[in-house]
Amino acid sequence: MALNPFKFAAPAVFYPLANRLIPWFWTLTGILLALGLYWGFFQTPDQLGGNNAQKEYYRIIFVHVPAAWMSMWLYVIMVFWAAVGLVFNTRLSFMMANAVAPTGAIFTFLALWTGAFWGRPSWGTYWDWDPRLTSELVLFFLYLGYLALHAAIDDQRRADRAAALLAIVGLVIVPVIYWSINCPDPTQCASLHQRSNLTRIEGNILFAMLTMTLAFWMYSFATSLMRLRTLILEREAEASWVQELLNPRGGR
Amino acid sequence: MWSAFWCILQRDLRLGLRRRTEVLTALAFFMIVVSLFPLGIGTERQTLQILGPGVVWVAALLASMLALERLFAADYEDGTLEQLVLTPQPLSLLVLAKVAAHWLLTGLPLVLIAPLVGMQYHLTPTQIVIMMLALGLGTPVLGLIGSIGAALTLGVRGGGILLSLLILPLYIPVLVYGAGAIEVSRIASTDAQPYLLLLAAFLLTALTLAPLAGAAALKIALE
Amino acid sequence: MLEAVALSCRRGERRLFQDLHLDVQPGSLLHVRGRNGSGKTTLLRTLCGLFTPETGEVRWRGKSIQSLGEDYRRELLYCGHLLGLKADLTAIENLAIASTLSSDPVRTHELWQALERLGLAGFEDLPIRMLSQGQKKRVALARLLLSHAPLWVLDEPFSALDREAVCLLEELLARHLGQGGLVILTTHQEVPLTSGRVAHLDLGY
Repeated sequence: MALNPFKFAAPAVFYPLANRLIPWFWTLTGILLALGLYWGFFQTPDQLGGNNAQKEYYRIIFVHVPAAWMSMWLYVIMVFWAAVGLVFNTRLSFMMANAVAPTGAIFTFLALWTGAFWGRPSWGTYWDWDPRLTSELVLFFLYLGYLALHAAIDDQRRADRAAALLAIVGLVIVPVIYWSINCPDPTQCASLHQRSNLTRIEGNILFAMLTMTLAFWMYSFATSLMRLRTLILEREAEASWVQELLNPRGGR
Repeated sequence: MWSAFWCILQRDLRLGLRRRTEVLTALAFFMIVVSLFPLGIGTERQTLQILGPGVVWVAALLASMLALERLFAADYEDGTLEQLVLTPQPLSLLVLAKVAAHWLLTGLPLVLIAPLVGMQYHLTPTQIVIMMLALGLGTPVLGLIGSIGAALTLGVRGGGILLSLLILPLYIPVLVYGAGAIEVSRIASTDAQPYLLLLAAFLLTALTLAPLAGAAALKIALE
Repeated sequence: MLEAVALSCRRGERRLFQDLHLDVQPGSLLHVRGRNGSGKTTLLRTLCGLFTPETGEVRWRGKSIQSLGEDYRRELLYCGHLLGLKADLTAIENLAIASTLSSDPVRTHELWQALERLGLAGFEDLPIRMLSQGQKKRVALARLLLSHAPLWVLDEPFSALDREAVCLLEELLARHLGQGGLVILTTHQEVPLTSGRVAHLDLGY
């Protein structure tokens, strides 16, 4: 998606490109997912590195952590396209933002869900008002707000622009929200989650986790592009190239 | 430029005072929510003292939400909003004037009635003073952030519910530090200082940024 | 003086107009005609800068209205379908606010004169909601008397007006054009003018 935006900004040019890319992304998703899950289940130690007491169930990490990362990355990507759309008034950028949002929401939900499953054996509860959990929940609400606002406005262009502005406002406030949840008392901070440091993680665990993250990236590309393809067809239904595409013989 | 600000401020205050029910509804709502909580959670003195700060803030959040729905709606329906956008004035300044009038009509009464709520929840006199300060700094932030949402949901189906979905998550920082300030001042009022300073920082940031976003949102809504 | 270059707009899925060019000179009136839903109001709102066109731009004195911003809005007066009056305020209050906001302040007695000229003597102090539809429209049109803006954009200014008020409005338009003003309006009736040039633009045919 980071290709020269000015060449591919026209939906008519982008559509065939998306068509060509989608199978590749799906293939990569499949391979990386298989590899990541295999490695995660069979090639990693039974205990989370060092003197950490967490047992077999820690393998949820291979879904949980990549999903949490994706949920944040996709929000940033969504806001990026929304901002590009507002500044340059390009239709395709708004469609990109729209296409990314549901995938982001799904990953956020997945991160919360797997987090609950992990929390039960390790903390003894499905839910705790842990800062990161709460922040993830807020992020989920932000995705829902974006999708709900977009769905509630009938006029396509107004929906695009209003939702884009909301996403940007959300991104500006998110650090403040995150911080306020993390430090309810401004004089000291606490968190159930440990500080993460990628270099201290055992090699096999890191490999599986990064493979899974890559797989999720490919999955995000694939689903976003598929959604984008549908959006382009829906919104450009009037354009002559779509007419030709749908009726190759030219007759109606 | 400031004459336009005063003009809108006066106009909205005058309109608010001619339609007192809309103004009083938010206040009544706040009082009812606050008064119902003890019936639900029990009237034990200690429980109320612990829950009081949080309840007051959640009620203030909801009351502000309820009033915000009408912030731009009336102007949108009768076409005055269109005319405001077309005046040779910076739109963000007019938004700021509207939010200021809105706060004077719906936010300030909450601050003034706070001591009553404080007594209902057996808060100490220090806590009541801190609560008024926190509400005084926090409720304008709610109005400023909320004005963006109110502009975005103008004329949208189910605007009120949607507005709360969009805006309530963004209120979290004010809720956390607003309630925190009252909570910690139970022991010493000086403990509340960092909280109040943070709320003041939020207010200043919101004052500079929110009207710009609100103006952009209004332009989008009018298309 | 007011130009539209290669303007195209669409509402949702429907394309209203495409590649529209127009140029309105001082002293002339552009009468926009078309069926219901042909995009007259959207065109007017685009010319005011309320609606962003899909392609093309609107220029005032050779500069894009986007870049002019407040300088353009100072020279513009728009009367839309919605009258832009607060029902709980009186006619005088409404006009006073409108003139303060337009950075074109008017003395109080001029407000009273304007309302009297429009046949609203005796109704100045009543809240707008007590007035009839035609009277409300007259209050909205009183802004034309008070404004010094060279460009008037009027959406259906003749609707809900009685014969007497129609004559008065025609007189105002003629005077404005005579002073070198520009008018763009939509209406379903012919506009008989005593001065100025009239051009027609037909949408949706």
